[in-house]
Amino acid sequence: MKIKLILSIIFLFFTFFNSSISDELELENKINKNLRCLICQGQSIYDSQSDFAESMKLVVKQKIDAGMSEEEIYSFFKMQYGEWILYDPQFNTKNFALWLLPIVIFLVGGIIIIAKFGVLKKR
Amino acid sequence: MKNKYYKFSIVVFFIFTFLIFYYGLKQKNFYTPENISIKTLPNLFLKDFYTNNETSFNDILIDSNYYLINIWASWCLPCREEHPYLLKLKKNSSIKIIGINYKDKKDNALKFLDKFENPYFTILNDRNGTASIEIGAYGVPESLILNKEKKIIKKIIGPIDNKKFNEIKKLLKNEN
Repeated sequence: MKIKLILSIIFLFFTFFNSSISDELELENKINKNLRCLICQGQSIYDSQSDFAESMKLVVKQKIDAGMSEEEIYSFFKMQYGEWILYDPQFNTKNFALWLLPIVIFLVGGIIIIAKFGVLKKR
Repeated sequence: MKNKYYKFSIVVFFIFTFLIFYYGLKQKNFYTPENISIKTLPNLFLKDFYTNNETSFNDILIDSNYYLINIWASWCLPCREEHPYLLKLKKNSSIKIIGINYKDKKDNALKFLDKFENPYFTILNDRNGTASIEIGAYGVPESLILNKEKKIIKKIIGPIDNKKFNEIKKLLKNEN
């Protein structure tokens, strides 16, 4: 009985330990995929093996180990290299058209379709 | 009438698309973060190249009006091109040159300094390249010029050439 208890405690410990490691790795990979390599532009640092990308991956790992959140890490790199380094740029005055244009086109297109063939005519 | 309007809009659409691609292809599409740099240097702790003792930027950046932090490596060819300019700058008493040896082997770096002369006041090690990322660099060679208050006043990506050397000289004169 005692052995069973000890074994289950060990099992639980390792499961917990393992999952926390994999969580950390998942976060690290997620951040690495979201940062652009400035040497081989067009690739994320996750995909790239350039010196720059390798060092950046190490910095990301160090920052996670130091307890920094995902957002804090992004803002650190944004401060160093500008917003271009992020694959997921934030909404601002420079890029608002890119964010809004698809929605505007969708709405205008929708209105045209409804006006021409849609419910309004049938009524 | 409707047909005319339709043809006109197709022509406008094609001209518009053509112009976008035409100017898009002409544009330089390699991004360099030259103007977006950190304004102050983080106080990093790095190992001294010769003694291997841990030192910080705050310990080194003292007693000078200007500091030039130069990231270099013995394996980097453009570093050899800029080396004579660093030696010339060494003669200027108002600037202290600090080297960061990037992802290099100590033996090779020592040979490099023996062969081309050492322009650096102090050299720090950056074996895994993380310190260079922390100060906003993205390769070798790269140089940062700091003023007395340790504010970054100029960032040079790539080797220092004649033009950049003159810019540095002008900067030192103007700020004095």
